Amino acid sequence: MLGYTITQWLFGILSFLAIMFGLMVVFSRNPVNSVLYLVMTFFCIAGHYLLLNAQFLAIVHIVVYAGAIMVLFLFVIMLMNLNEDTEPQRTWLSKIIAAVAGGLMLFVMVGSLKGAGDMGLQQYGNAQIGFVKNLGAVLFKDFLFPFEIASVLLLAAMVGAIMIGKKEAGES
Amino acid sequence: MISFIIYKAIICLVVFLLSLGVAAYATLWERKFAAFLQDRVGPDKAGPWGLLQPLADGGKMFFKEEIIPNVSNRFLFILGPSLFMLTALMTGTVIPWAKDVNIGGQTYSLQITDINIGVLYLLGVVSIGVYGIMIGGWASNNKYALLGAIRASSQMISYEIAMGISIIALIITAGGTLSIREIIAQQDAGLANVVYQPLGFLIFFVCALAETNRAPFDLPECESELVGGYHTEYSSMKLGLFLFAEYINMFISSAIMAGFYFGGYNFPFAQELYDAMGLQEGSWIISLIGFGAYFTKIFIFICVFMWVRWTLPRFRYDQLMNLGWKTLLPLSLLNLAITVVVEYLRGNIHI
Amino acid sequence: MGSTNTPTDYLPIVLMFIVALGFVVTTMVASHMLGPKRKTKIKLDSFECGIESHGNARLPFSIKYFLVAILFVLFDVEVIFMYPWAVNYKELGIVGVIEVFSFIALLLVGFYYMLAKKAVQWED
Repeated sequence: MLGYTITQWLFGILSFLAIMFGLMVVFSRNPVNSVLYLVMTFFCIAGHYLLLNAQFLAIVHIVVYAGAIMVLFLFVIMLMNLNEDTEPQRTWLSKIIAAVAGGLMLFVMVGSLKGAGDMGLQQYGNAQIGFVKNLGAVLFKDFLFPFEIASVLLLAAMVGAIMIGKKEAGES
Repeated sequence: MISFIIYKAIICLVVFLLSLGVAAYATLWERKFAAFLQDRVGPDKAGPWGLLQPLADGGKMFFKEEIIPNVSNRFLFILGPSLFMLTALMTGTVIPWAKDVNIGGQTYSLQITDINIGVLYLLGVVSIGVYGIMIGGWASNNKYALLGAIRASSQMISYEIAMGISIIALIITAGGTLSIREIIAQQDAGLANVVYQPLGFLIFFVCALAETNRAPFDLPECESELVGGYHTEYSSMKLGLFLFAEYINMFISSAIMAGFYFGGYNFPFAQELYDAMGLQEGSWIISLIGFGAYFTKIFIFICVFMWVRWTLPRFRYDQLMNLGWKTLLPLSLLNLAITVVVEYLRGNIHI
Repeated sequence: MGSTNTPTDYLPIVLMFIVALGFVVTTMVASHMLGPKRKTKIKLDSFECGIESHGNARLPFSIKYFLVAILFVLFDVEVIFMYPWAVNYKELGIVGVIEVFSFIALLLVGFYYMLAKKAVQWED
């Protein structure tokens, strides 16, 4: 078909959908809709991972991002008072600050990705490296230290969340 | 490629119709079963033994007025039940219903697809299932619906953790495969997994009750305090989809339990029986018998689900949370530790 | 572990999705067309057991639910990390067991903290 393989077509379609949903996250006025569009974006990215044979990443993307973190986001949005009359009026100052912060973020990302092309992909000599089995073997041998550090990070996050969310007994 | 798609499309349709059919007749069976436990007759007017009752119920739902409250968010209000139904139907994709059939030298597997991360796929779909209830309840803009939705999602995510850990123990017992096809297939020779994982099965069963919002975990819709819970504002077929999807979830989770822990389409002395009947590997009769065995197990599980519902009173919310976080989570970790010790004793873990 | 798994194996999932989506859309459209439409103001109000409804349901609710959601995210990440080990437990041997259980031990510290702080305690 027009000189492209099916995989390339799928890649194109998924990329288009991912970018479209990403834009809809930004432009939709209802924050709940934004969350749902973000979930759709995650599904598209999971599809990309599947095309790359990275099954574990795809499923982690769905279970952790779409199934857990976005549920948390939805909780936060529901916790907020979403009545239209209580919607805070955004001043020009806050809009400018947001634009500058976003621009800096873009700058950092472009800067960091600029040199990425030269690095060359680290070859493990295996197209099936994304399979759970192969990934596990690498994770628990070569990347053991980051793995254990991740658990410390999670512990810190857990303690932090409880500290903030839970009042002490005497506290009012 | 085209014939592959057609064959898969046919299996998809069959599994879809099977899920709908079983769910429809599970509603009738639930009422009959409740009637039996309460010494009543149950529905018996529509057709012989009330067999046409599910059709009448479904038809009635279609002809009811569709009410979308003025204050609700219209788009999300419709999206909620649709999503809930979609996720319920998607879970049946990775379950192998019977052994492969060999027709004219071609092998056809009676499973929509065998992906080697089937177990993780199931977890993924289950974790997406929360959205339907959450969005539906929130979009209704009704206080009861909001409370029901928050309760439901909190409950579902709390029990997902213990479920995930008990599945890890099961994977270890199954020798480290994530393919549901392999988990079921390797139970044909030896014992069913429940022998190695009694505690794991118990945890999984309790979690399955909680995930499907079945009694005694039906707090999201507990009528004595929340009217109808997250579906208070729903009517017509949108309510129907919520209720129907719950029965599909029950059917699929019964199928998963029967497959993971009780051998699926395998049964004791199956090979001896097939040999005595002189059947070749790949014969459609073997598949049919296996399918029958699988469905018998699923039917028993559905009965247990109903038996539990009509026997146990509902939990209080604090009891529910305590059970999920303080009992099932440590128990599932203990189960994992026991499993590892047993595997070590079986000589599967080398020093 | 079937090593022949390719992206093609996920195609039937898309097919099933199309079937399920078709069913849901058909049902929604059919019930919209078939049902009667006699709308009144009171019928379309939100239901509050027969009394007039006060305000709407965009209300803040207990922080405990939010805390449960955060804890769920963290535990979920830990659980998903254990799957690559469960698949490889034979090859990784006793070393892998020690690695994972030290991982779980840190998780249990957090769990103990959660219990000590009564983060999931519902009755006050």
